Amino acid sequence: MTSDTPGGARSRGLLSRLRRARSSPRSKARRRLGAAVRLLAALTLAGGAYTVFAPDLQAQETSQLSAAAQEGKALYDTSCVTCHGRNAQGVEGRGPSLIGVGAASVEFQVSTGRMPLARQEAQAERKPPVFTDDQIQQLAQYVQELGGGPQLPEGENLHRGGDPVEGGRLFRINCSSCHSFGGGGGALSSGKFAPSLRPATDRQIYAAMLTGPQNMPVFGDNQLRPEQKADIIAYVQEVLAKDRDPGGFNLGRLGPSTEGVAVFLIGIVALVFAALWIAGKS
Amino acid sequence: MKRRKLDMAALPGRAAREVDDRLGVNTPLRSLLNKVFPDHWSFLLGEIALFSFIVLLLTGVYLTFFFEPSLTEVTYNGSYAPLRGAHMSAAYASTLDISFDVRGGLIVRQMHHWAALLFMAAIVVHMLRVFLTGAFRKPRELNWMIGYLLFWVGFLAGFTGYSIPDDGLSGTGLRIASAIMLSIPVIGSWITSSIFGGEFPGEIIISRFYIAHVLLIPALLVALISAHLGLVFKQKHTQWPGPGRTNSNVVGERMFPRYAIKQGGFFMIVFGVIALLGGLVQINPIWLFGPYEAAVVSAASQPDWYVMFLDGSTRLMPPWEINIPIGDGYVIPPLFWPTVVLPGILVVLPLAYPFIEARLNKDRRIHNLLQRPRDVPGRTALAAMAVTFWLVLTLSGANDVIADKFFISLNAMTWVGRIGLIILPPLAYYVTYRICLGLQQHDREVLAHGVETGIIRRLPNGKFVEVHQPLGPTDEHGHGTLEYVGWAVPKKMNRLGALGPAIRGFFFPIEKPVEAPVSPGHPPVEPRSERQEVGSGGSR
Repeated sequence: MTSDTPGGARSRGLLSRLRRARSSPRSKARRRLGAAVRLLAALTLAGGAYTVFAPDLQAQETSQLSAAAQEGKALYDTSCVTCHGRNAQGVEGRGPSLIGVGAASVEFQVSTGRMPLARQEAQAERKPPVFTDDQIQQLAQYVQELGGGPQLPEGENLHRGGDPVEGGRLFRINCSSCHSFGGGGGALSSGKFAPSLRPATDRQIYAAMLTGPQNMPVFGDNQLRPEQKADIIAYVQEVLAKDRDPGGFNLGRLGPSTEGVAVFLIGIVALVFAALWIAGKS
Repeated sequence: MKRRKLDMAALPGRAAREVDDRLGVNTPLRSLLNKVFPDHWSFLLGEIALFSFIVLLLTGVYLTFFFEPSLTEVTYNGSYAPLRGAHMSAAYASTLDISFDVRGGLIVRQMHHWAALLFMAAIVVHMLRVFLTGAFRKPRELNWMIGYLLFWVGFLAGFTGYSIPDDGLSGTGLRIASAIMLSIPVIGSWITSSIFGGEFPGEIIISRFYIAHVLLIPALLVALISAHLGLVFKQKHTQWPGPGRTNSNVVGERMFPRYAIKQGGFFMIVFGVIALLGGLVQINPIWLFGPYEAAVVSAASQPDWYVMFLDGSTRLMPPWEINIPIGDGYVIPPLFWPTVVLPGILVVLPLAYPFIEARLNKDRRIHNLLQRPRDVPGRTALAAMAVTFWLVLTLSGANDVIADKFFISLNAMTWVGRIGLIILPPLAYYVTYRICLGLQQHDREVLAHGVETGIIRRLPNGKFVEVHQPLGPTDEHGHGTLEYVGWAVPKKMNRLGALGPAIRGFFFPIEKPVEAPVSPGHPPVEPRSERQEVGSGGSR
């Protein structure tokens, strides 16, 4: 490209225009030539600026993925591409686009075994993960580099410093309406459900709050600040998981429904047998 | 002065005479202690409720020592770390203290709650027994009504008790209760604001429910239970028909000592079962529910089991809202039908049932003998229908838990409940009716033809017949002449004593055979040799 010519022409043109505005008018041919040169210069500038500020477009064309993301792309192209399509753009009726879902979403879905999906149904079930932790990180890196999105903080223990008292309050306001007071999960409409929190790790809970998988709403950092998320995780992992049920066998922490079953199956059955025994002794 | 000898044997009699001289209680006490009660296991079901109630009173008194019925906001500072520093009502904080800081508080609290569930369960089971055996018939209609009211007063006791700890779950229940009251046309808003002292939740409701729970309702329960038992004494207990039992006598054991000892033992067993449940099985873990806040609701928020049928009826009710265009428009919300109208019908209909049945049967006689459920198939089938109706509603009250734990769609559960509520009760009626008729027919068949002996005889013409043992004298056709008297007909040879003495013992059979009597002319009978295995003769 002739980058200096239009620059020079522009400055000369401008100056000459200023000068000539007061003296005699230019010839028609020269005016036309000047307009063409100015248009060319403007286009070049705009294109150049765009290239400088938005490098991603070129990166997609010429593979500028990091090494980890390249590994992830290889995994993606064997295990995920069927439903999520080439370059994670999604396949109509099969799987959504993954552009912008972020590494957090990938880590949640793959590390809980929900992805790869066994079959299309109301909701993906938790199952043993197919990929190792390293592979999950690679996949997450690939999706992150494709379209950006929410990411998890570093580390396994994400509730360090969290306050379980405040976490309990936040849990009861934000989480228990679906996951139930004991974190055991609950039913939603049409076969969907809020899963039990017992098998979830800190990173999975954090990722779920950040990305809102399936029917869960997103609790972004403006709804629940990162330290509030740590509080909630502290409540789930320190209080709910470690509560030793001081009252005895907890009947699944399902509330009055199993208590009602227990009073008939244990109480009434035992006492009817006692009545049979007492009345039988005469 | 000469010392008189103290006659120990005469002491109780002398003491009793001294008491009688002053109080004059010998004659009434004698008739009381000599009162005869018939003995059957199903007559002990009501006692489970009575004894649970005693446990409720004992544990409840202990809980009142520590409970603080107030909605004053406090900061918790007890020993349950995950709530320390949280703001809550004094009622909830004191319940936490009972659970974690009061000595024996948790087990007493849990025993109280289990005893409440057991009280209601025993009432229902006892009521079913009374209904199925026709014990509510004249002259006992009033006692049936008192017993039925006891269920609803117990229901109120349970609901107020469930509400006063002011935890997240009980607050949710209270919110629903206020919505139910609000749904009543015209007077709903006035009822709600007078009970809650303004808008829900207000500041007075816990204190009001507390005084209802510890004074008004227990007093009503004690009064109704006393009347219930007094009427049982006055009208005497019903008994099964059988040898020597007529409509005008009572065959059984005297109140003292045997019946009293048995009842004392049964109380210990009921207490023991409640204590075991309270000590081993966690109930109502309020520390996990957290203090009640208006924004807090949990999945699987259910009432206790005896309220759950109303929760179920609400869940099954289609959203039919009635708009009445008067003035600015008036709305009857759908909640009104399943939670006010349905329980209203359920209160009135069973109260009137004894009179309805007597009128339909044109039956004005006095009945002291019970009926076997199979002998009144219509009534038994009606009970099966009612139980099915209740069961569908109760299961629907927990349909979110069932849907979640058994991987069923919640919407499917709702529709199964709606359709099942209409289809299953008539089906249960029909099936139960047929079963009753079948059982009746078998009784008559055994009376006519005798008990199957298991002996197959071959007739000279080659025909095989089973030998039947008639139960009594037979007519010229070989048919038994005994009439059915409304009591169990023996249907096995064991019951006739044909196969030697029945095995004794309850849990473990006492295998030792009875020793044969020794007569002076004969040597003692040899113990019988070990049984040989029965096989075909030629193989050895």
